[in-house]
Amino acid sequence: MDAQAVETILQNHPKDPSSIIQVLLDIQNELYYLPREVLEHVSKSLNVPLSRTYSLATFYKAFSLKPKGKYPIAVCTGTACHVQGAVRILEQIERELSIKEGETTPDKKFSVETVRCLGCCGLAPVVTVGKNLHGKVPMAKVSKILKQY
Amino acid sequence: MAYRTYLMVCAGTGCVANQSMKIKDKLESEIRKRGLQDEVSVVTTGCNGFCAVGPLMVVQPDGIFYQLLKETDIPFLVEEHFVKGRLVKELLYTPPREKAPIPKMSDIPFFADQTLIVLRNRGLINPENIDEYIARGGYQALAKVLTLMTPDQVIQEIKASGLRGRGGGGFPTGIKWETCKNVPSDTHYVICNADEGDPGAFMDRSTIESDPHAVIEGMLIGAYAIGSREGYVYIRNEYPIALERLQVAIKQAREYGLLGQKIFNKDFDFEIRIVRGAGAFVCGESTALMASIEGRPGEPRAKYVHTVERGLWDKPTCLNNVETWANVPQIIEKGAGWFSSIGTGDVTSDAWGGSKGTKVFSLAGKVNNTGLIEVPMGITLRKIIFDIGGGIKDGKKFKAVQTGGPSGGFIPESLLDLPVDYEELTKVGSMMGSGGMVVADENNCMVDMAKYFLAFTQAESCGKCVPCREGTKRMLDILEKITVGKGTEEDLVLLEELSNMVVESSLCALGGSAPNPVLTTLKYFREEYEAHVKDKHCPGHSCRELIQYIIDPELCLGKGHGCHVCAKNCPDGAIVGETKQVHTIDVMKCGKCGICYDVCKFDAIHIE
Ligand SMILES: Cc1cc2nc3c(=O)[nH]c(=O)nc-3n(C[C@H](O)[C@H](O)[C@H](O)COP(=O)(O)O)c2cc1C
Ligand code: FES
Repeated sequence: MDAQAVETILQNHPKDPSSIIQVLLDIQNELYYLPREVLEHVSKSLNVPLSRTYSLATFYKAFSLKPKGKYPIAVCTGTACHVQGAVRILEQIERELSIKEGETTPDKKFSVETVRCLGCCGLAPVVTVGKNLHGKVPMAKVSKILKQY
Repeated sequence: MAYRTYLMVCAGTGCVANQSMKIKDKLESEIRKRGLQDEVSVVTTGCNGFCAVGPLMVVQPDGIFYQLLKETDIPFLVEEHFVKGRLVKELLYTPPREKAPIPKMSDIPFFADQTLIVLRNRGLINPENIDEYIARGGYQALAKVLTLMTPDQVIQEIKASGLRGRGGGGFPTGIKWETCKNVPSDTHYVICNADEGDPGAFMDRSTIESDPHAVIEGMLIGAYAIGSREGYVYIRNEYPIALERLQVAIKQAREYGLLGQKIFNKDFDFEIRIVRGAGAFVCGESTALMASIEGRPGEPRAKYVHTVERGLWDKPTCLNNVETWANVPQIIEKGAGWFSSIGTGDVTSDAWGGSKGTKVFSLAGKVNNTGLIEVPMGITLRKIIFDIGGGIKDGKKFKAVQTGGPSGGFIPESLLDLPVDYEELTKVGSMMGSGGMVVADENNCMVDMAKYFLAFTQAESCGKCVPCREGTKRMLDILEKITVGKGTEEDLVLLEELSNMVVESSLCALGGSAPNPVLTTLKYFREEYEAHVKDKHCPGHSCRELIQYIIDPELCLGKGHGCHVCAKNCPDGAIVGETKQVHTIDVMKCGKCGICYDVCKFDAIHIE
């Protein structure tokens, strides 16, 4: 595991139990998930019981205990996107990739999740793939978008 | 160096997603190509507000508004406008159903009916440059309170202004400050709530993105009044641009001595820390938010003791929303009298007696002009939707407007002349909320919309109290049953009963308000529920189990000549027919995904 990366993140925050959420966020952003060994290590370093760390890692939606794909796909299901048919876009993506929301393709290329409002409701429906944002996505263009990656 | 012209290119999240940064680069290179770089400067700004027509830019000082820009438009635009001095008509804004374009931003109805207090600097300054904020009068209010006013005078001014919390509840801000200040303690905290959990709203994000110093200055003034030396901003992790701008702003404020010790050489120290949320709607609630800052799961506690008395680390804590804080400098600068002259009611004797100032809304859904707007309190919903919003998309019929997000309710056409005011909105079963405003048209199903919001609150329920955890789950089951055509009339009665139970017995306002979307749709759109239950029919044509896709043979052959595009796209192989022949849908195979409806260019596919 990227022990060095985790160590650097720990050093960027006060060595105090209250830092734990901020530390886990940084790790999630770096590794795209929270491996078990890392949770154990962070618990020890910040003096937080592992049970508490686990409860945080499962309470907050930003954290994932399973690795995500190389290109995490996020389908916005905020209100504006919902009224413009976000659910159908999600289903189309699930069909194209043969995986369900929350899963990763066997080749670890894509994973699919939903998010609530990306803050560009004028572009609804909105999908992000990795760091790229696609707005006003028509259902028929889904496979074309996925082929770009 | 002073330039002749400034090109204010919007770099809000929506426009950036539409490649506005490429437009900016292209503008710069075209301007350089023509040797105009000493006359024309390209500036990136925070969200302009009119997201529907992005990417966009405003030519200042003339205020000419160019919209829907493409990289390929830029060479022509630069040549015409900046070399030949002619406007490019095709890139100006033309209202729907009209022919003449409106060149000036201030004449466009979307902007003309707005009143800017919180967003006064939007599109006018570079948010990452503190000097531009200062040049527009920034930090003068802070200077005024530190040199001329006592903390009590500041509190009196805020009280007199009638400012109420913009985060949803509408609690009078001055009273909150005063109560917090009066709790004896060695430490008081102030917190800015930038969690913005409403899943269809982005006011707070845009405010921070376009004018972060206004929020910081507001917090500084509040901290001085309350006697706090330490503040926090709790911001959503999903807002990377806002987070970065805030970090830049705090750093610059520190360099200018506006944060830190002995601010303005007075006996006043203040520091701001940023804490990121980790994706939990309930963390917008005050006690859950503070638990989260302390590094614990965001579960609310019962508020026998209020957070102004014992909040963060058990110290007296004053929590306000982003927009609330951003109003403060303007009130101090222009006076409580000016602020309270805008809006409804009278707050001189009763702090709850009116709604003063403006409110920022993110207008989305089925309106033509989606985007961010700031309007005076008391404006009618009709004016917002039909004048500023430009009416309903594609000439469809208005059905309802939803305010207040998952805690709010749906408002029908008959109540469109309602003024935007805390009490008025609550009276009809909705609420002001933090400012999400989503418009639904005739094609939206109200049962489905209610189910949507309830599914959201149900998933976000922290699980601590039973009524919210179990009650919302059972309500959702019933709604699910209704939308698949298995609901009964008794279900409607049970749904209403359960709703009232959850409202009354939940621990925090998440559960306490979660049934609002259900209750308001049951009240104003009961006939839609009944259509689902009795006739197994979805009037909005959206509940999958209750609709069928059908191909109109005449349109298919007559107009489309049997183009076969639908059959090619159908994932279920449910469409039969050869090219140049009539196509039909095999209802047994049809998964009702709707892709055929989307791809048919000849409107030959209907939903029944
Ligand atoms: C479930 C829930 C979610 C909330 N989410 C937010 C939010 O995202 N932003 C916000 O400012 N207030 C939110 N609030 C309201 C806050 O608890 C609090 O009232 C507000 O931040 C106080 O600031 P104000 O007086 O300036 O409005 C939420 C409340 C509840 C019960
Ligand atoms: S609802 Fe999807 S971006 Fe706002």
